[in-house]
Amino acid sequence: MSETCIIIGASHAAAQLAPSLRQEGWAGLIIVIGDEPYAPYQRPPLSKTYLQGEKGVDDLLIRHQEAYAKHGIELRLGERVEAIDRESKTVTLQNGDVLYYDKLALCTGARVRKVSLPGADLEGIHYLRNIDDVNHIKAHVGEQKNAVIVGGGYIGLETAAVLNKLGMQVTVLEMASRVLARVTAPEVSEFYERVHAEEGVNIQTGIAVSGFEGAKRVMRVVCADGSHYPADLVVIGVGVLPNTELAEAADLATDDGILVDSYTKTADPDIVAVGDCTMHPSELYGYVRLESVPNAMEQAKSAAATLCGKQKPYTALPWFWSDQYDLKLQIAGLNRGYDQVVIRGDRQGSRSFAAFYLQEGRLLAVDCVNRPQEFMLSKRLITQQIQIDVAKLVDDTKSFKELVSA
Amino acid sequence: MPTINFILHDGQKVAVEAYEGSSVMHGAMDGMVEGIVAECGGACSCATCQVYVDEAWMEKVGPACEIEQEMLGVAPNVQPNSRLSCQVEVTDELDGLVVHVPAEQY
Ligand SMILES: Cc1cc2nc3c(=O)[nH]c(=O)nc-3n(C[C@H](O)[C@H](O)[C@H](O)COP(=O)(O)OP(=O)(O)OC[C@H]3O[C@@H](n4cnc5c(N)ncnc54)[C@H](O)[C@@H]3O)c2cc1C
Ligand code: FES
Repeated sequence: MSETCIIIGASHAAAQLAPSLRQEGWAGLIIVIGDEPYAPYQRPPLSKTYLQGEKGVDDLLIRHQEAYAKHGIELRLGERVEAIDRESKTVTLQNGDVLYYDKLALCTGARVRKVSLPGADLEGIHYLRNIDDVNHIKAHVGEQKNAVIVGGGYIGLETAAVLNKLGMQVTVLEMASRVLARVTAPEVSEFYERVHAEEGVNIQTGIAVSGFEGAKRVMRVVCADGSHYPADLVVIGVGVLPNTELAEAADLATDDGILVDSYTKTADPDIVAVGDCTMHPSELYGYVRLESVPNAMEQAKSAAATLCGKQKPYTALPWFWSDQYDLKLQIAGLNRGYDQVVIRGDRQGSRSFAAFYLQEGRLLAVDCVNRPQEFMLSKRLITQQIQIDVAKLVDDTKSFKELVSA
Repeated sequence: MPTINFILHDGQKVAVEAYEGSSVMHGAMDGMVEGIVAECGGACSCATCQVYVDEAWMEKVGPACEIEQEMLGVAPNVQPNSRLSCQVEVTDELDGLVVHVPAEQY
């Protein structure tokens, strides 16, 4: 009898895992169960081109729906897994169906962190994680109307940039003393604050939102210091939480994510986990939970091998990108633990520079704004773990390619 | 629907019917073409969707834009006929296009 692999969650991780399983030689059934009504789609454009209106739902799909059937991959969309029974090797769906698996992959991702402030469920207040969220947000967009973004992370800033382009008066409220505080150096935060100000977005930092006011619809956002901001639309972007509950209930180890090894294995030899829901060991950076598409995809390839009885460790260097206005930000590596930041290019006057993060003279990570070459080449420099000559890094009179090959 | 032909590194040919207005990369995704990774999903940020455009098709496909050229300038295994397939739009004109998939995208 042919074997069955069940994949829970139908997003980036699943969309890579299912075809990779076929490529690794999995001949049995592949069933992907996802609770959203759409075939796996790209999330990054949600706060970029999709919100902007440049892309439709069809353009977002990672693969067109019929492609899955062609490769013998069954999508069960709009269905939710309620429980895993590792003893009988079954999953139970919300509608009561019980499905048997030989191998199981947890690709349950993450969900937005919600705020529990007064008025937080007024109409016009939204989070941004899936297509439906953005469709709701779009309904409130209008020229000259006021938008307030709570949280100055990448998603908040991307949303601010797009709503500003769509003609809205945008304010970003960030609790920390600078935007992107969790992910970049002060130099890079300052750069993004400058550009947003130049574009006409009002960024307020060091400010705590204390509630939302309005009759049925939100009308203003109130802050702890007594200030308030008019709002026709509020988008809250204050981070995500990994969906670990199914794994926990099945007695699999979790921390800030389902714990896996570098082959994506959980403690159960028949269960792997992939993507935003996992914490995995990284050779360079220790135990990490990453929230990025490349992470989901690379882990998925390793998982496919594992499920087919092969060994392909996940060792790829983390990377990420963010598009705002005419700024193409590409980030290689993780900057955690850096002791030095050096800048190449004019961060204060231009819109093109690179910020290198070093630890004891070795390159840990780099944030590149409109510097694709620095990004591509730095990936190699980081993996090589060699001592870097800082004077060379910052010498912007020479092409980066020349510098690193010299 | 225009057909795009992907010649894999081992010589295998995969023909994919692609949607007009989408990208060659998207066609590769639908056809689950091995060797096209496309980590950024078409944002021109990763250079893991590289293909070598068959010489006969170079003119019809046209040149890369500036950012793409910069990415290709430092991507691994680049040839003069390299393109990032997410930046090549599928049109009627490209029906029958032949592209070769590199051995490695990293
Ligand atoms: C607005 C936005 C912008 C982003 N921009 C970027 C970017 O520029 N670059 C980048 O690299 N990353 C970006 N990301 C992050 C990226 O989208 C995630 O890292 C990626 O989606 C992770 O994929 P995943 O498959 O692990 O999980 P998810 O995408 O979270 O998908 C998990 C899926 O599983 C479903 N699910 C969960 N539990 C169950 C269950 N029990 N039964 C059935 N289904 C279930 C969920 O509903 C969801 O559909 C962005 C994210 C957002 C929201
Ligand atoms: S898919 Fe990333 S550059 Fe083409």
